[in-house]
Parts: sequence; structure tokens; C-alpha cells
Amino acid sequence: MNMISFPPRRPRGKVHVPTVTLAHGGGGKAMKDLIDDVFVAAFDNPLLAPLDDQARIDLLDLAQYGDRLAFTTDSFVVDPLVFPGGDIGKLAVCGTVNDLAVGGALPLYLSCAVIIEEGVSIDLLRQVATSMAATAREAGVKIVTGDTKVVNKGACDRMFITTTGVGVVAAGVELGAHRARPGDAVLVNGLLGDHGAAILGARGDMALQSPIESDCAPLQGLIESLLKSAPNTRFMRDPTRGGVATVLNEIAEAAQIAIEIDESATPLRNEVRGFCEILGLDPLYLANEGKIVAIVPPDEAEPAVEAMRAHPLGRQAAIIGTVVAGEPGRVTMRTIFGGRRIVDMLVGEQLPRIC
Amino acid sequence: MRYVDEFRDRVKADVLVKEIERLLAHMGRDQDRPLQIMEVCGGHTHTIFRYGVEGMLPKSIELVHGPGCPVCVLPMGRVDDCVAIAERAEVIFTTFGDAMRVPGSRKSLLQAKADGCDVRMVYSPMDALALARKNPTREVVFFGIGFETTMPSTALTVLQAEREGIKNFSIFCNHITIVPTIKAILDSPDLRLDGFLGPGHVSMVIGDAPYEFIARYYKKPMVIAGFEPLDILQSLWMLLKQIDEGRCEIENQYARVAPAGGNAVALQAVAQVYELREFFEWRGLGSIDHSGVKVREAYAGFDAERRFAVPNARIADPSSCQCGEVLKGVIKPWQCKVFGRACTPETPLGALMVSSEGACAAYYQYGGIKRGRDEAKASAA
Repeated sequence: MNMISFPPRRPRGKVHVPTVTLAHGGGGKAMKDLIDDVFVAAFDNPLLAPLDDQARIDLLDLAQYGDRLAFTTDSFVVDPLVFPGGDIGKLAVCGTVNDLAVGGALPLYLSCAVIIEEGVSIDLLRQVATSMAATAREAGVKIVTGDTKVVNKGACDRMFITTTGVGVVAAGVELGAHRARPGDAVLVNGLLGDHGAAILGARGDMALQSPIESDCAPLQGLIESLLKSAPNTRFMRDPTRGGVATVLNEIAEAAQIAIEIDESATPLRNEVRGFCEILGLDPLYLANEGKIVAIVPPDEAEPAVEAMRAHPLGRQAAIIGTVVAGEPGRVTMRTIFGGRRIVDMLVGEQLPRIC
Repeated sequence: MRYVDEFRDRVKADVLVKEIERLLAHMGRDQDRPLQIMEVCGGHTHTIFRYGVEGMLPKSIELVHGPGCPVCVLPMGRVDDCVAIAERAEVIFTTFGDAMRVPGSRKSLLQAKADGCDVRMVYSPMDALALARKNPTREVVFFGIGFETTMPSTALTVLQAEREGIKNFSIFCNHITIVPTIKAILDSPDLRLDGFLGPGHVSMVIGDAPYEFIARYYKKPMVIAGFEPLDILQSLWMLLKQIDEGRCEIENQYARVAPAGGNAVALQAVAQVYELREFFEWRGLGSIDHSGVKVREAYAGFDAERRFAVPNARIADPSSCQCGEVLKGVIKPWQCKVFGRACTPETPLGALMVSSEGACAAYYQYGGIKRGRDEAKASAA
């Protein structure tokens, strides 16, 4: 069957009202106008512009980057929608780009599904879409397909975004927690807990003014330099919700290894330390949105740290621990005080203590 | 960070540990009959586990994690009362974070929130009062919980609400007082303790005089301790020195924060707003005379117990739980029949498993399971 392609002939729609209403989700002209004026205008690329039901990507184009497709999806809900250092749009792009990159994939294309509560201002939506577009450019990915739904007031918390990403893994790149061995080094690319502390501070319900900005950033560039300098890197993961402590436990559990980290080597911003001291929180469990935990063989640990430090998103990279021959699945920490304790998974979210 | 890192100095810690070892050796203490020291306060328990202090000490000294976590000693019936208040449509129920997960007989506040109740986490009672100002058509109830440490801030909030004429704010008062509790522990027939680390934050309010009876009548030494790991080690050293020298006194290691006479303004607010309850039920310890406070008649308008009918039912602890014995130092958490099996942080049976200050949760999270297993193996061999 011959495929006939129609060039996009539609004139761009324009939104003339200040807030999103249910009409913008109705499938009619209001919805087309919203998508055109906010999303198509911001994301601006020829794969998206025809607004077909799917983006069609040439397989040969993909194959030039490697031999396996990487495919991931994530949903983003955050309160507040705009916070120091980012917003839900930036988060939605960084999160999915980083989920691809930590698997050793080159992130290429994203989808973007937005659920909007009626009453959200068009200006806010525009700000989020612009931020998504800017972050996608920075990460070298294109947002090529999407979906918009508008729900009744109260049916969602202003805006939820789901992004799905595809990338390609270069031939020879093999990462997996099972590859970790005793003696391997555990690395991070910088100061931990900034995102979690920034969000808690920005909620403003604890009368604590905090100068901390989220670390939200796309990490494909940093990871590329890391893999060049440490080609036998065993495994990487981005320590988002649950923080570094949770990721280390997941790695230890999956690979049936023991990990010991050194509290004094763990990079933390003084402001984050102070914030956690006041609220009785442990920074190891705070979320990060621009960080990776990498396990690399001992002889590649120093080159890996140097490569990360040479990148703007890895200036404070550090070796925070080692894979050790201990009880499988166990993560321990040498405390700054000279003691030793277990770093376990959290049961629920961290709750501030009474006193 | 200034005034923090100084109290986490590893070199000073090593010196103190050596000195503690020397004193224990001088006393002729060995592992078979270790010296038992109770840290009364949950904040101390948290520091001890967070920094791995216990593992740095010789086996001839044993730390017993006392009843000083207010969340842990809250009886199930009081949680049921909270849920009953929170279930009222007009109520915004406000609470400190770690009280959210305490199990009631039906559900926790976290579950009540999931079921649609308006339960909100706040960081101080003043935040709850601000919510009352913002929501004049709702009833804002603050879950007053804690020892003398948090008691004044709840009292001062009530006084502020009165000054402003705010009518839609009240507290569900579950504040408890430490002295009768220590006395109850000292009166326990199975008492094995050799001394106490006193709760520094409580002494910030009440000073050190209320503890005199411990040394005078019960002949047990106490050192009021701060909350940094070096504070704990220094306080243990001071306590051992007393024992070694045959002294029995109330000493204050935390004098940089806790003045001998306490805080007059805080004490005045406490005296103005609360009066002692005849009895108060403690989880795991039973009813202790004069160990809780209630809102005085003059402030009845701010008392949630008077404003809302609460079930006020006494719910017995699950019979399998040995919280009481753990709290009194008779058994270690891992020696409890249900520890780590039926009772875990995911499904806490006993309240000691709920808050991160609770002895069982701290053991579970910070390595107690392994230690328990190791010790069980050692004793079997």
C-alpha cells in the first residue's frame, strides 16, 4: 500500500483566555488551539508539527547510534509546580533523559502527556512547556508526540506530566548491578539531597527559609564522559525518590553484594546538612534529580572521578564507598564519628521527628 | 558547620572511649555482668544509633533505651481518639510527622488521611494556629504530644489563641511528664539499671533540681546529656566516673543549653495552661499517677477533649508485645517474641517499632537485627 503523506496545512491556533477550562480537553477547536499555542510552539520540531497520532522514526537513523533500543516512562507530580532551580516541566524531561542515560543509552526522543486541572493559568502552562523545550534542547532530545487531558477541578493536583523516552545503547555498553564485585568503588557526581531539600523548603509549610536550589539537570553528557574514562563501569542509577540510601540498597539487594559507604566522604551542602539537622531528616534519603550513583572497578575509580569533575555537573564528584565482602544485600556506613551503622530502606516517607 | 561538627570530632571520641574502657576495667566490669545505663530520651536513642555509638563501646557497658519517645508510649486508645476527632467533617486535624504512623486499634492517622480525613502534618503548634486563622469555618485541632520539651510551645500557642480571640482552635492534649515516669521505672521490682542519662531538652525547661530524688532516695547517678554523639560519650564518662568514685549525684553535661534553674517563661506558660491528670496510661508501662497533664478549666475552650466527644476507650496492647519489658531494660528489643517477625516498621504491633526514636525501630533500622542474630548465635554456642 502506498503511503501518502500530507504536509501540515493547518494554521497555528491561539489561546485567547487566561485559564484552562474543560473546553480545552474537549477535542475541539479550543483543544487544538491550546496544543498549538502552548506545546507545538514550544517544542517546535517537524516530527511533532503534523500532530499525527504517532511520531514515525526512521529505524536506520536510530541504528547509527547502537544496537539496542532503550525505552522508559515516568510520571511527574510535584508540589510546588515551580521551585528553586526548576519546575515540573524541567523535572519531566530530566527524569526520563536520566533514566535512559544511566542505562548507557543515548536519549533521543520523548513523548509528553499532560493532565491539567481546569483553572490552571495558561501562563503557567506556557512556562512549563517552555522549560520542557529548553531542557530537551540542552539534553539533545526531541519531544515528538504527546497527549493533553483536562480534568475537573479537584480531580488532580493542578498538573501531572508523564514522559516516555527512547534512546539507543551503543554496541559493547553493558551495565548491570550483577556485574559489581568486592573492591569496586561507589561514586556520586556531586552534592546530595539538594532537590529534596529545595522542594521541602519551597512548600513553605515549615517556616524555614532555604536558599537551596534543586539539582535537576539532564546527565547524558556527564555520563558520556564517565563511560569514556571508565569503560568498564559496572552499573549506574539515578538516586531520585528515596535518595542514595535507597539506590544503594536496591543495588546491594539485586547484586547480592554488600556496600560500605563513608559518611565523611559523602558530599553534602552545608545548607542541606543544617536543614536536615533542624527537621531530624537523613540527607541520604532525600531525592536528587541531577545525580548518579556509579559502581566502577577499582582501577577506573580515579579516572571516573576526574572525568566527572571536569564536567560542570560533576564538580563535586566523589568516591563515597566500596563494594565489600559482607552479608549480601547489606549497606553499612562508617559514621563521621567513627561508629558503624546499617543504612536500610525507608519504610515510608521520612517523617520529621517531634524534638 | 559551626557548633555541630565540634560535637562529632572523631579524635575526641577516641579519647573518651579509651577513658570509658579504662574506668570499666578499673571497676572490674566484664561482659558477663555489664553495667546497664538507661538513656531516658528517644533523642538520645536516635543519636546513639545514627552515629553507631553503641558499637564503639566495650561490651561491659550496655545501653538501655528508655521510655523517652512520646510517640512510642502513646496508648492505642488515644490514637483511636485522634482518629475519631479527625473523622469529623468540620475538623482539620494537625500533628507532628512521626505521630502519623502510630497504630490505633482501627487505624493510624496516616490511614485516616488516606480514607479522606483532613489530617495535616505541621512542624509546630503555631503552624496549626495559622491554619485556624486561615480557615475560620473549620475546627483546627492540634495533637499536643511530647514531654516538657514540647509542652511549653503548645501552652504558648493556646495563650496566643486566647489573646487573638480565636475560637476554632483547640489542642488534643497528650503531653506527659518525665519525673513520675522515671520514678515508676525506679520502683519496678525487676530494675537492673546502674544509672541514667537524663533528657537534656527536658532540662532546658525544668532544670536539674526535679531529678534530685533519683540520687538521694534511689541512690542512682544521673548525668543530664546533650544530643550530639560527643555529648553522649562525655556523659557516659561522667556517669562512670561517679560510679567508680562511689558518688551518686545529678550532674549536668548539657549546661551550655540547659540552665540549672530551667526556663522560667516556659514553666510559667506550662503552669498557666495545664494541670496534672490523676492518672495517665502509658503504652507498655500501664497507668502512671500524675504523669500526664490536661488543659485547665480556664482554657476549656481550647481543649479538644471537652469540645468533641471522644471514645476514650482503653485498648490493651497486643498480648504478644513486650514493649514494657523493653522500655524498662529487662529485655533487649531483639529478645521480644515478635521483633522482626510479626512486628516490623512496615507492620508495627508495638509502638516502639513506629517512631525512628523507638528502641525497636532504631534496632531494626540501624543494625540491631544482625546484632540480635549474632548474640543469639553466640549464646546458643
